Amino acid sequence: MANATVEEIELRAWGGGTFPYSVSHIKLGMWLFIISDALTFSALLVGYSYLRVATPDWPTPFHLWPTIAMASLMTLCLLSSSLTMVLGVNAAHRDDRKWTTIWILLTALGGVAFMILHGQEWIGLMHEGMTLTKNPWGAPLFGATFFGLTGMHMFHVFTGVVYLLVMAWGFSKKKFHSDHVEVCGLYWHFVDLVWMFVFPLVYLLSVKMN
Amino acid sequence: MSSENSDSNHGSLSKRLVLTVWIWLLILTGVEVFLAYVQLGLVLMLTLLMGLSLVKAGLIIAYFMHLRFEKRSLILTLIPAMVVTISLLAVFYPDSFRLLNLRP
Repeated sequence: MANATVEEIELRAWGGGTFPYSVSHIKLGMWLFIISDALTFSALLVGYSYLRVATPDWPTPFHLWPTIAMASLMTLCLLSSSLTMVLGVNAAHRDDRKWTTIWILLTALGGVAFMILHGQEWIGLMHEGMTLTKNPWGAPLFGATFFGLTGMHMFHVFTGVVYLLVMAWGFSKKKFHSDHVEVCGLYWHFVDLVWMFVFPLVYLLSVKMN
Repeated sequence: MSSENSDSNHGSLSKRLVLTVWIWLLILTGVEVFLAYVQLGLVLMLTLLMGLSLVKAGLIIAYFMHLRFEKRSLILTLIPAMVVTISLLAVFYPDSFRLLNLRP
């Protein structure tokens, strides 16, 4: 072919060459993942609710101290970490590398604090005799659903903290852009979002009333 | 720390808005914890807790996750599909009452 020409790329909504929804590909990808993960957690939560209603001897053993107080503190940790994350994304948009890194590390700190408190709570409950298959208070499924739900969530917190640490390192080394920080923020807010539902449904509905 | 500028081109929220949303999230959480210790019927309690959680979720999604300021087509692509699918799950939830009533 003597005359090879490249056609001009036209920016058409359905013709390619544009960003769908005017968001970057990584952001759209993260949103789609978040929706799918939200459905996973919804399935777990609806399943848990179903089992709970259908089981007459479901225990409600959580005392205000330490369980509900600690769970409330954990909620505060996650909410505060979401705040620091938004501030971190703002700093990234301003190209303030120092403060972006600081805010991201503070966010990761909130996540680590959450995991430490949660781990301590788990150990305390296991000392009282609660396992995946039995507990001293009532229906055996109580342990399975509790550890299943909170364990799944804690796994997301853990991966989120790893993601945050990689982002803090990468952004300070100029490997990542503010878009990447924003997408990391989306994942972290999602982790907080799930906890907004796990906390009332698992903890607050299992309060020990005397 | 340099003063915050509400640079809506880059989609940054003003510091005031961010803090306001955060305070509201704390307040709503406090209300939920308080409600846990009030003797309400289970249905009312569940409705209130889920309602409050949905408001909190809405605040996080709209402001912290910035979805409110994205293109409407993105909002319409993500949210209705998720709501419909979750509703499909929730539709089976009342079946648990049937199981409860079946027990001897």
